[in-house]
Amino acid sequence: MNFKKQKHSPGKIHSSNTLETYDEMFKRLKKNKKGAFVPFIVAGDPEFETSLQIVKTLLESGADALEIGFAFSDPVADGPTIQESDLRALDSGMNTQKSFEFIKRIREFTSIPIGLLVYYNLIYKKGVDEFYKEAKRCGVTSILSADLPPEEAEEALQAAKKYNINQIFLVAHTTQKNRLDKICQMASGFIYLVSVMGVTGARKEVQNSTVDLIKRIRNHSDLPVMVGFGISKSSHVKDVIQAGAQGAIVGSAIIEIISKNHDKPELMLQKIKKETSKMKEATLIEVI
Amino acid sequence: MIESGKFGKYGGIFAPELLIPALEELESAFLKYKDDKKFNQELEFYLKEFAGRPTNLYLAKNLSQKLGCRIYLKREDMLHTGAHKINNTLGQGLMAKYMGKKRLIAETGAGQHGIATAAVGALFGMPTDVYMGMEDVKRQRLNVFRMEISGAKVIPVETGSKTLKDAINESMRDWMTNVQDTHYLIGSTMGFHPYPTMVKHFQTVIGKETKNQILEKEKKLPDVIIACVGGGSNAIGIFSEFIPDSEVELIGVEGGGHGIKSGNHGATLCAGSEGVLHGSLSYVLQDTDGQICEAHSVSAGLDYPGVGPEHAYLHTQRRARYVNVTDSQALRGFQLLSCYEGIMPALESAHAIAYMEKYAQKPENKGKTIVVNLSGRGDKDMFLAASILGVEV
Ligand SMILES: Cc1ncc(COP(=O)(O)O)c(C=O)c1O
Repeated sequence: MNFKKQKHSPGKIHSSNTLETYDEMFKRLKKNKKGAFVPFIVAGDPEFETSLQIVKTLLESGADALEIGFAFSDPVADGPTIQESDLRALDSGMNTQKSFEFIKRIREFTSIPIGLLVYYNLIYKKGVDEFYKEAKRCGVTSILSADLPPEEAEEALQAAKKYNINQIFLVAHTTQKNRLDKICQMASGFIYLVSVMGVTGARKEVQNSTVDLIKRIRNHSDLPVMVGFGISKSSHVKDVIQAGAQGAIVGSAIIEIISKNHDKPELMLQKIKKETSKMKEATLIEVI
Repeated sequence: MIESGKFGKYGGIFAPELLIPALEELESAFLKYKDDKKFNQELEFYLKEFAGRPTNLYLAKNLSQKLGCRIYLKREDMLHTGAHKINNTLGQGLMAKYMGKKRLIAETGAGQHGIATAAVGALFGMPTDVYMGMEDVKRQRLNVFRMEISGAKVIPVETGSKTLKDAINESMRDWMTNVQDTHYLIGSTMGFHPYPTMVKHFQTVIGKETKNQILEKEKKLPDVIIACVGGGSNAIGIFSEFIPDSEVELIGVEGGGHGIKSGNHGATLCAGSEGVLHGSLSYVLQDTDGQICEAHSVSAGLDYPGVGPEHAYLHTQRRARYVNVTDSQALRGFQLLSCYEGIMPALESAHAIAYMEKYAQKPENKGKTIVVNLSGRGDKDMFLAASILGVEV
């Protein structure tokens, strides 16, 4: 695999103080009048080494940060595409320890922010403090648990603070004003805006209400907003960034390519490259 | 949320953000209607006229004589649709109607809860979709037909292990997508707050009746109450009224499957550990990383790798004791009650019967007054029982 070095990449990293923070990433992008393109994949889908190749391809396409899921047997907030991805990873022998190992391997070649998406039981079972400590050791920038609302997040927040990891929270269309205030206070790094009613999965278009919600959050808080769930085309990326979001998180659209082509790795990587490059291009902010 | 939904440290609201407003809405509706006179009058009407409450507390004479105890059966098996599940579906269904919801969804294992939800959907004129694992759809064709004939749509679930836990996952996903007009009618005392509290509330009618009935018949409280535990709704329904009466022993019987050692079982409290599944912190069957294991029990209603959080609390507080009974012991319970009393229990309830026999046979328990919650009738299990017993029907 021919791995070209990232143009914007702040260079090789190895100690945690040279890792890029979300703040630094957003600043760098702002200067270039761009939004963030953040791909999501599940660690170890379809298996460990191929998955690492996928990460390298995503970086070549211009990923500004990565969201990496730890495979879980019962991912209720995800649609069928990501659930199958979880199950493929588990079938290939992935577990929590190997997923951390995966992050360490990624850290050998990039310093951009890495966010984890982990269902809470995996964190709880390992021990909250222990999990965050290990995450820090591996170079994780942020952690998001799809099934951990602010009501239950006290222990996680403590650990996040202790190990200097950003705790990410979701905001949805259904989130009311008071709650939005509370979440904005608790969150750090960025606000993860769920763009659709429902679970993850590819969608035809970005809902108007998403655009309204981006504006609502922007009026509320200085935290950057990234939009995920259902962002599956370069036009969606463009729409949410034009609407004022600082970035777009794209999962199912990439994972669908993995699903359909994982028995032909070269072709799969080509397709991912093509699709995600278009998405990165769509992050250019047009001044109207 | 107004309340935390915690039982000790168990329970809570481990829900995706998208569902929080719906859970808040549900909680406030529940807090309002549970003490609302009109709502309760209407619910009582349906419980009596539609479901057939109150159910009898029946002295099983032959078994009492055989085992040397006084054995009472709380006859939830006599209810419309065949099990205690209808208490909860009527309660939640009526609430959904009061809340102006237009559609019901539910998960089901064997189909008991699905049938009870379909019946209530038909009663209240609400379109009803029931998620059922493909494995269960194949095993329980008759129940699929029963739901469909009541106008419900049965949606086979092809993801994961294709059983109850996946049906729950799929129901949650549907709810996340259609949360504005849809009520998710969870079938047991599990899930995120307010479900464990709300389902318990609608099932406490079992324990309230039992207490009055036993005091009338025996002029004293029973020595022990035995109930099977899947998610835990029939058990909490009969236990809760007696929790303050510390002299009454409470025993929950889990599905022991092929035995704990085999690893194929549904004995979550006996052999599981603390974890977060389907919205609450409780006990779960999981591996060392926290990946959820598949459960196994001959009875689909006990075939679940989680358990309601209040049972985790009662277990760790030692207010209730949890045991398990294997598939083959349960089958013996099924035969025992059928041939001594002419009552065919559901295979779930047969677990409670089987443990009751074991309990009554201990010398120290001679002469005790025992109440078994007969949560459902065996009609749904006849084909399965026949095939296990090698009879062609
Ligand atoms: C007859 C009967 N008993 C018990 C159960 C187990 O559920 P729970 O533990 O919620 O009472 C079921 C579930 O389907 C059932 O049908």
